[in-house]
Amino acid sequence: MAKSLKDRLAILSDAAKYDASCASSGTTKRNSLKSGGLGSTEGSGICHAYAPDGRCISLLKILMTNFCIYDCAYCINRSSSNVARARFTPDEVVWLTLEFYRRNYIEGLFLSSGIIQNSDYTMEQMVRIAKDLRLKHGFRGYIHLKTIPEASAHLIEEAGLFADRLSINIELPTDAGVEKFAPQKHPANIRRSMGELKTKIDEAHEPTLKSRRRKRFVPAGQSTQMIIGADKASDATILNTSAGLYSGYRLRRVYYSAFSPIPDASQALPLIRPPLMREHRLYQADWLYRFYGFNIDEITASQPDGMLELDIDPKLSWALANRARFPVDINSADKELLLRVPGLGVKTVLSILKARKHKRLGLEDLARLKVSVKKVKAFISASGWAPVSLIDRADLREMFNPPPEQLALL
Amino acid sequence: MIHRVRLSGAGHFDDWRQAARSLILQGAEPRDIEWGCDYEYTDDLFAAPSAPPRAVTGTLSVPRAFLTLAERLLCHNNPARFSLAYRLLWRLQRERNLLAQVTDADMCQSHQLVKSVDRDCHKMKAFVRFKEMDGEGARRRFVAWFEPDHYIIRRTAPFFQRRFTDMDWIIATPKGSAAWDGQSLHFNDQPQTRPDIVDETDDLWRTYFANIFNPARLKVKMMQSEMPKKYWKNLPEADLIPQLIRDADKRVQEMNNQTLNQTPPRFHQRLNKARST
Ligand code: SF4
Repeated sequence: MAKSLKDRLAILSDAAKYDASCASSGTTKRNSLKSGGLGSTEGSGICHAYAPDGRCISLLKILMTNFCIYDCAYCINRSSSNVARARFTPDEVVWLTLEFYRRNYIEGLFLSSGIIQNSDYTMEQMVRIAKDLRLKHGFRGYIHLKTIPEASAHLIEEAGLFADRLSINIELPTDAGVEKFAPQKHPANIRRSMGELKTKIDEAHEPTLKSRRRKRFVPAGQSTQMIIGADKASDATILNTSAGLYSGYRLRRVYYSAFSPIPDASQALPLIRPPLMREHRLYQADWLYRFYGFNIDEITASQPDGMLELDIDPKLSWALANRARFPVDINSADKELLLRVPGLGVKTVLSILKARKHKRLGLEDLARLKVSVKKVKAFISASGWAPVSLIDRADLREMFNPPPEQLALL
Repeated sequence: MIHRVRLSGAGHFDDWRQAARSLILQGAEPRDIEWGCDYEYTDDLFAAPSAPPRAVTGTLSVPRAFLTLAERLLCHNNPARFSLAYRLLWRLQRERNLLAQVTDADMCQSHQLVKSVDRDCHKMKAFVRFKEMDGEGARRRFVAWFEPDHYIIRRTAPFFQRRFTDMDWIIATPKGSAAWDGQSLHFNDQPQTRPDIVDETDDLWRTYFANIFNPARLKVKMMQSEMPKKYWKNLPEADLIPQLIRDADKRVQEMNNQTLNQTPPRFHQRLNKARST
């Protein structure tokens, strides 16, 4: 019997939930006042709901179909899995997106798909959905398309005319991992697609001579996702891969997705799932690399096995391994050094730099800036405050260990 | 001399601004003004009706930043908002850099109130849910019920206008309503009652919500800090939450146990055959 739209929605959203990204931010600002149509984007995205897994629901995140001719071991949709299958027509995806949007459930669509017939056929259908939304229905909300591996460059380019963001998944941190677990995928081709997309984005960013206007092409850039814990890659390996992706292809984001138990899992996979905390620590380390001036090597250097510590965050971990660099004087240290103090975020550091132009800062000033004085005070000196030398404190690490109940997260 | 100012509705910014301007130009000190509005009317305070402040002509300039601050401040439901805003205005006449003094008590309080208004606005943009009404006209018609903490409808309505331009809509709240008909926004300051409308699409949304959730990653606290319970009663998906949480463990167990049935589907076998030839 044919499955109802509701049944298929259940299957095709269930299949999409392993994707970590749901972001709808970072695109151009636009609205429907002039067109009299539907949709707007206003810079920062909006989370319209939160699921009990704590994740933001911003987009209608679905698969066009979960039939797939590939057999990637970590994926619930691989051809050898016995999961229930379903498929939407392009018109159904368009309808769902518009009707969900009208009710203010979502900011837009995040569409990916299993591969049916071949990569180009699948990609064509996805492009058609985005194109219809934009051209037939004048939809100005957010669209994220996950490109299909091995799809032709001209299709990806066409997708970029309609989508705010495109993603190409790197899948696993090492080429060997991809070859082992995703036998039909080719790491070299994945990177080639990323490179081509970057070139196109760069080109579109150059104002043309004639109109002096920038072409609209993937305004929210490209992102990727890496599955953590399916292969044996260490955190150091993972972070180095990310660093290469950020610098080589100027990705907006690398998403880390802790390999999740899936129904009917392949036997090629490890039986133990990685702790969610590992994923969290990787995001923190990624953040340190992108916004705090840390090198990947510094972040993982103190850990001989290349794994981030689970019980404390990577910034604190680095500080404890580099005690000789502290205390940092908040009244004279430069920005780079202030950013290394555990407990001081980017915003706070900027406020400190501003505030200290007018007066010498003490701990009470930090408290007013909403800094947790208890946390930072071992690492800084301030007006009227000098910490006991860090090197003398054998118990420093214990001071920061989280209370045991938080470890239940693991 | 005591000035009594009673603003209409919840006290619109423009009305407050006009009154405040006259009062400043008359040299009325903050402590000599009793502010109120229809919504927060208390008998004794306004037992004797007072004449509206005399319109005084003259010019008064303030930093633009004050206007954006005061506009948000006046959305708050704290009855002291009018006098706080006036006190800032009064002090600004002498202390020109007042707005930069982030540790000043009046400024601290203002920032706190404004922050709460901003959050309320953000949550309104996120959690309003439109339901479709029947109708024959060319434009589709929707209605939403929302319960904001503060008087923010006028502030957020333009967002909905920019986004839902091609449909007619009404957002009704206990603090008034906003409506869009394709031509202009209309506001009503009267408290509204909750409309009783069923929209079948809510059912599809609930299906989506239940399935996009990954039971292997339960983080209930995180969800609740971003989507506090006070909003749940007007979210069509929220009554699924307790059950989703209760069943999470069971579903993970089921997933783990399913691994043992291992004959791949027939099309996989066909694909394999095709690949090997
Ligand atoms: S190609 Fe994509 S959908 Fe198909 S099995 Fe691999 S990861 Fe899953």
